Amino acid sequence: MKNLFKLFSIIILIITSHSYSFAAEKVEYLKTDWSFKGLFGKFDRASLQRGYQVYTEVCASCHSMKYLSYRNLAEPGGPEFSEAQAKAIAASFEVTDGPNSDGEMFTRPGKLSDKFVMPYDNVKAAQAANGGAYPPDMSVLVKARGGGVDYIYSLLQGYEEAPSNVSLDDGVYYNKYMYGNKIRMAAPLSDGLVEYGDGTNATVEQMSKDVTTFLMWSAEPHLESRHQMGFKAIVYLIILTVLVYFSMKRIWSRVESEV
Amino acid sequence: MSDHDYRPKSKVGQWFNDRLPLLTLANHLTDYPTPKNLNYWWTFGGILTFCLITQIVTGLTLAMHYIAHADMAFESVEHIMRDVNYGWLIRYIHANGASMFFLAVYIHIFRSLFYGSYKSPREIIWILGIIIYLLMMAAAFMGYVLPWGQMSFWGATVITNLFSAIPLVGEGIVTWLWGGYSVDNPTLTRFFTLHYLIPFLILGLVVLHIWALHVPGNNNPVGIDIKKPSKDTVPFHPYIVIKDGFALLMFMIVFAFFVFYAPNILGHADNYIEANPMVTPAHIVPEWYLLPFYAILRSVPDKLLGVVAMLSAILILAVLPWLDTSKIRSAVFRPLYKQFYWILVADVLILGYVGAMPAEGLYLLIARVATAYYFLHFLVILPVLGFKEKTLPVPLSITEPVLGGSPNLAGARNKESKIE
Repeated sequence: MKNLFKLFSIIILIITSHSYSFAAEKVEYLKTDWSFKGLFGKFDRASLQRGYQVYTEVCASCHSMKYLSYRNLAEPGGPEFSEAQAKAIAASFEVTDGPNSDGEMFTRPGKLSDKFVMPYDNVKAAQAANGGAYPPDMSVLVKARGGGVDYIYSLLQGYEEAPSNVSLDDGVYYNKYMYGNKIRMAAPLSDGLVEYGDGTNATVEQMSKDVTTFLMWSAEPHLESRHQMGFKAIVYLIILTVLVYFSMKRIWSRVESEV
Repeated sequence: MSDHDYRPKSKVGQWFNDRLPLLTLANHLTDYPTPKNLNYWWTFGGILTFCLITQIVTGLTLAMHYIAHADMAFESVEHIMRDVNYGWLIRYIHANGASMFFLAVYIHIFRSLFYGSYKSPREIIWILGIIIYLLMMAAAFMGYVLPWGQMSFWGATVITNLFSAIPLVGEGIVTWLWGGYSVDNPTLTRFFTLHYLIPFLILGLVVLHIWALHVPGNNNPVGIDIKKPSKDTVPFHPYIVIKDGFALLMFMIVFAFFVFYAPNILGHADNYIEANPMVTPAHIVPEWYLLPFYAILRSVPDKLLGVVAMLSAILILAVLPWLDTSKIRSAVFRPLYKQFYWILVADVLILGYVGAMPAEGLYLLIARVATAYYFLHFLVILPVLGFKEKTLPVPLSITEPVLGGSPNLAGARNKESKIE
């Protein structure tokens, strides 16, 4: 029994410390209190809605989010815009559809079922418009970076004057948290860049937090139900384990051997 | 196996059983005499069966939604994660299930190493186990390729390229494996096919593994042959069933923690970037369970010899029953072997650690020393130990596990004869 506990704790320690060692080689990231961490972690709805605003007003001019649909914005566990709001958001984008019965492509206002409209037609077009660098799709971005949300949050605030010993080419910027410190994206945020509808002060820090929260949701749209189900599942398993443990004791009491 | 005189009570049961003795099989399985001193290390066999079934069931469900095409695989995985009902749950169980499967199989293998379960008369069980383990690695590797992320693509490229080390035909073999001149759509579709096939091969081998086990019966922590059935054994049902069930539930709690609260911690972030043949990731690392072998591969400067070393590291296990010359099974009665056993465990953990690190400087040096020691353990230490080691006195039965001098021995003998 004791051995089994020891074993499990050692194994978990080894496995988790192992994975952390990949990320640990870099600088300390900025920390903030994420509402979606922990056993009962949930998204902050207002932050998600503000984050969507930052994404759509700032990031979306270069970064696509091709795995998201407008309907997702109204789904439970997300920013939870009302259906009317989500419809209005979708309708504000022009979507190419077709071919129609004449064999021609046409544009129409977006619908809830449409995927987020992409800023460029293809990767080449995106590269051509951005000095050869491809602005990555942001749908699963936080899961695709070693430091996750902390990394993205820090990166957005990590722009600095380059130290004198670092020379930067044209269109390359210095960022404390970027791998190799050189980034092709100019500092995207500045204080007051967007005007939040709920009156929140749009500091760089606030916008970074909001948009990162939004990106966490876009990468893990079912995070809330995962946490809820996980808690129930584990409580259920623990109760069942205890019951089975006592049944086992009872059954094994018929033989003198220990369990 | 003395239970073949079983007869069902009902007429219908007898009629059926005379034609297909399924009820005899069920009776054999429930009555199967099991040593009563099995500890919790023995519960991992049942846990592994659970893992296999879980992987097959979740895998079948995923296959209903997954699209094995280089242009669509990544997107179809995102479709599963977002739009398929509970798709995220099924995929996270499957992805973390692979890690849990390997965690359990490593405990199962090291239990066998500690208690000498691979020794006569259980060599065939052991070799079947090694084949299952090899197939598991193949299945896991190909499964990791299917999401078609960066680590999928580059992992596949690195591993398949190993075959190019074979003299003369190497390049041809690699082209044949790829179905082209690089890892591409034909590679993905064949990996999907094989990934679907292998679990069923494993299932068949598991049946043989258990069948072979039921001939001599379980080894036990004391490592001695026992009379079956006797005072030393309990029927499989309910004693072992409930104990295995309890251990399985404990295991499921750990499993659930990963699935619900850290589903991506065991994976690599780069695999959420869609495969791009034009961009090589900074570090290409396999999944954690393959890292020790990856370390062995990289510790040899020559490519061909590296591949040979890596394969030997696994295949050497198949001849282990003949490399270990000691007649005593359990490490409990082998004071020296016990120490070398724990050094081997540490050695494999170190290999796993350096396998995740860049192969340079101190890491490379450690990897080389650890690789050399790994082979030293099996090729030199084990054979020599069997002759040199002074083992402790072994009890005659489980009910008499402590054995001092000859009076006890006589006592144990008396008991034995009474049982008969």
